[in-house]
Amino acid sequence: MPSREEIYDKVKAALVDALGVDEDEVSPSATMVGDLGAESIDFLDIVFRLEKAFGIKISRGELFPEDVLSSTDYVTNGKVNTAGIAALKARMPFADLAKFEANPSVQNFANTLTVEDMVRYVQSKLAG
Amino acid sequence: MRWFWIDRFDEFVRGRHAVAVKNVSLAEEHLHDHFPGAALMPNSLIVEGMAQTAGLLVADAIEYNRRVVLAKVAAAEFHFDAVPGDTLRFHAEVLDLKPAGSLTKVKSTVGERVQGEAELFFAHLEPGEGVPKLFEPDELLRWLDQMHIYDIGRDQAGQPLARPDW
Repeated sequence: MPSREEIYDKVKAALVDALGVDEDEVSPSATMVGDLGAESIDFLDIVFRLEKAFGIKISRGELFPEDVLSSTDYVTNGKVNTAGIAALKARMPFADLAKFEANPSVQNFANTLTVEDMVRYVQSKLAG
Repeated sequence: MRWFWIDRFDEFVRGRHAVAVKNVSLAEEHLHDHFPGAALMPNSLIVEGMAQTAGLLVADAIEYNRRVVLAKVAAAEFHFDAVPGDTLRFHAEVLDLKPAGSLTKVKSTVGERVQGEAELFFAHLEPGEGVPKLFEPDELLRWLDQMHIYDIGRDQAGQPLARPDW
């Protein structure tokens, strides 16, 4: 199992290639959407690059839960409801959702995922 | 009308690679103003030609059962301008192909010189994913015939591609 640093470096390289950002823009606390400008199609590109870099298989919706965020079962009046939060936690145990829970508007979710979440995600995949 | 930015395929190996040709001519009206007295083919349209080459390669590999759209130009670099009289050859290679999308690399050359290089990412969308139907089957087949895909195309075992019965 590669070290956290090795994983971080490869995640960073994948983000630099996929998002066209400079290396110094990528930090553990940088948010994927707000700071690095990732759009939904970029997540598909990032999935491709992470799968290749780490030899892992990432299912659709695992890294960015578009289906949860657009489901009427999980979203009420533009906010993710209790069932939705539970679904997100089950889907994304690697992500720190505490801040998002305080104001779970769907629009806020974009600024929830950080580079560190990506690293934790890869760690969890490699461990599993 | 559709914009066609490739004239024909010279090589087509299913799911692997393809080479398409684009002849740049002063008969193309868009070159007259770009620029008067110094016509050159815009690199943005060269990207479109690259995307048509790689996009058909990918769409064929998934049997045209999803809508293949250019989702992003992950990287692009050009080394010199293509001008009337040049024959561009787009060399496309599939780097990664999955049900939801594909990553391709395309190089454009003029003679032996590399004119441009790009990494193109395609999304493969199901009906209902926000993109209207791109082609009627007979219209698509006419384009594929015009591109000579079933004249020169081969599968990975080297066998000729069967023309679909749409």
